[in-house]
Amino acid sequence: MKYICFGYLDVQQWATLSPGEQNAMIDACFAYDEGLKKDGHWAGGEGLQGPDTATMVRYEKGKVSVTDGPYAETKELLGGLLMLEARDLNHAIHLISNHPGVKMGPWEIRPAADLAQMIRDSELRRSGSK
Amino acid sequence: MASIAPGGIPDLLDSIFRSESRRILASLIRLLGDFDLAEDGMHDAFAAALEAWPRDGVPDRPRAWLVSTGRFKAIDRLRRTARFSTPLDTLAEPPDEGPSEGLEEEGVEDDRLRLIFTCCHPALPPEACTALTLREVCGLTTEAIARAFLVAPSTLAQRIVRAKARIRDAGIPYEIPGRAEWPGRLDAVLRVVYLVFNEGYSASSGEALTRPDLSGEAIRLGRLLLELRPDAEVMGLLALMLLQESRRVARVSPGGDLVLLEDQDRSRWDRALIVEGKTLVEQALASPRVGAYTLQAAIAAVHAEAAEASATDWAQIIGLYTLLARVAPSPVVELNRAVAVAMRDGPQAGLDLVDALLARRELEGYHLVHSARADLCRRLGRTEEALVSYRQALGLVQQGPERRFLERRVAELQTSFSDPLSK
Repeated sequence: MKYICFGYLDVQQWATLSPGEQNAMIDACFAYDEGLKKDGHWAGGEGLQGPDTATMVRYEKGKVSVTDGPYAETKELLGGLLMLEARDLNHAIHLISNHPGVKMGPWEIRPAADLAQMIRDSELRRSGSK
Repeated sequence: MASIAPGGIPDLLDSIFRSESRRILASLIRLLGDFDLAEDGMHDAFAAALEAWPRDGVPDRPRAWLVSTGRFKAIDRLRRTARFSTPLDTLAEPPDEGPSEGLEEEGVEDDRLRLIFTCCHPALPPEACTALTLREVCGLTTEAIARAFLVAPSTLAQRIVRAKARIRDAGIPYEIPGRAEWPGRLDAVLRVVYLVFNEGYSASSGEALTRPDLSGEAIRLGRLLLELRPDAEVMGLLALMLLQESRRVARVSPGGDLVLLEDQDRSRWDRALIVEGKTLVEQALASPRVGAYTLQAAIAAVHAEAAEASATDWAQIIGLYTLLARVAPSPVVELNRAVAVAMRDGPQAGLDLVDALLARRELEGYHLVHSARADLCRRLGRTEEALVSYRQALGLVQQGPERRFLERRVAELQTSFSDPLSK
């Protein structure tokens, strides 16, 4: 099964680390990710730039509006995404529990939704309407 | 084939259903990976047995026959209804030689343990864990569980449906956790078992003080867990439940009112349960890591050892509460410790601790902190303060018998308070 894991970062905690500790944490995270790739559990992932770089596009009152955001009010920010190939939820929890990043903030694990049928139905609808 | 008159088959199947259906269901859930499919398959298998056994004779291993047939019927059902939510290719094909062969008995006991861990997975909401465990592991009906937890049957049914969907969609596995995950996952299982017990032993609301059927189920689960894995905390929890259960009869007056531990007729305590509980506590205390359930059981065992309330070894109880506050810190544990201190060192010593607790404001909404304070003030002759605290407790209590107990205390105090001769 594919699981998408949202890694949150406790910015305040991160700021208390010395540059040396920060580097050690970063290296440990990447070393762990290499292990995930080697064992076939890595199904993709990206880090995110800070929330101040985010752009929000939303549909409001019949128009699309573009603003900056999100509005970071919590101390934990979404820091990156990781896609896992895991046997089941316990396996995914196990893989994330050992990720060094878990010490820097919580992870949210969600199974990927299977949209295959939805896509097929939609394709049918669209080809029929032509 | 065992020889049994065809006319006796329905009775035989009925007794197999009563004693084996939970094991059969657990095995089918493992094999099919789907709760509902497994349940349908099991009922189909019993129906098939009712037809086949009078004709072909009773198979040598009836349970294996029923599991194997249940799996066969379920796969058949999937094919017929084309309900492919469980992909067919993930299910092993049933063996060709027919339903009565080819199913190993090994690991079948573990199927029930797997089912308990699945139903108590930490990724499920706690109230769903309890409902699912009672439904799938204990075989209680949805209506009975709904009655016990005072929710509408439709609400409870929905809770169970959602939990099953979550198990399927999130990929919660049907497995016993590995050594590394064992402690954390076992905690969730023990919490559910104790929750079921507590709902049975001291119902959170309603008129009846206890619901023996639920405590009975919890004790059965505790025994099952211990039989499957002899873990020290499982021992501790089972001991705790047995020791509390031993007092059930003495806890309630003929009129259905609560009788405090110190006022109970100790000759009515169940000796057999006490002996069994104490043996388990001693075993659990010998383990290198003593847990919270074991310590609570040890406290219950000290009470059980006292021939009368005045003979209670309060020093030992205070020591155990001090340990418990370290292993599982909680204001409720501190409250209980304060009450024990009052028993050893007098009400003023206890009141100081209770007031310090109340000053931290963590227990304000907990009726027992106010009734404990009321009782200590009463014993110190501070009647007015006692009445204030009893009324605070009355404003928070949810359960009929406890309410009546508090009302009785208030009435007694008011009589003595307004009567000038008694001062």
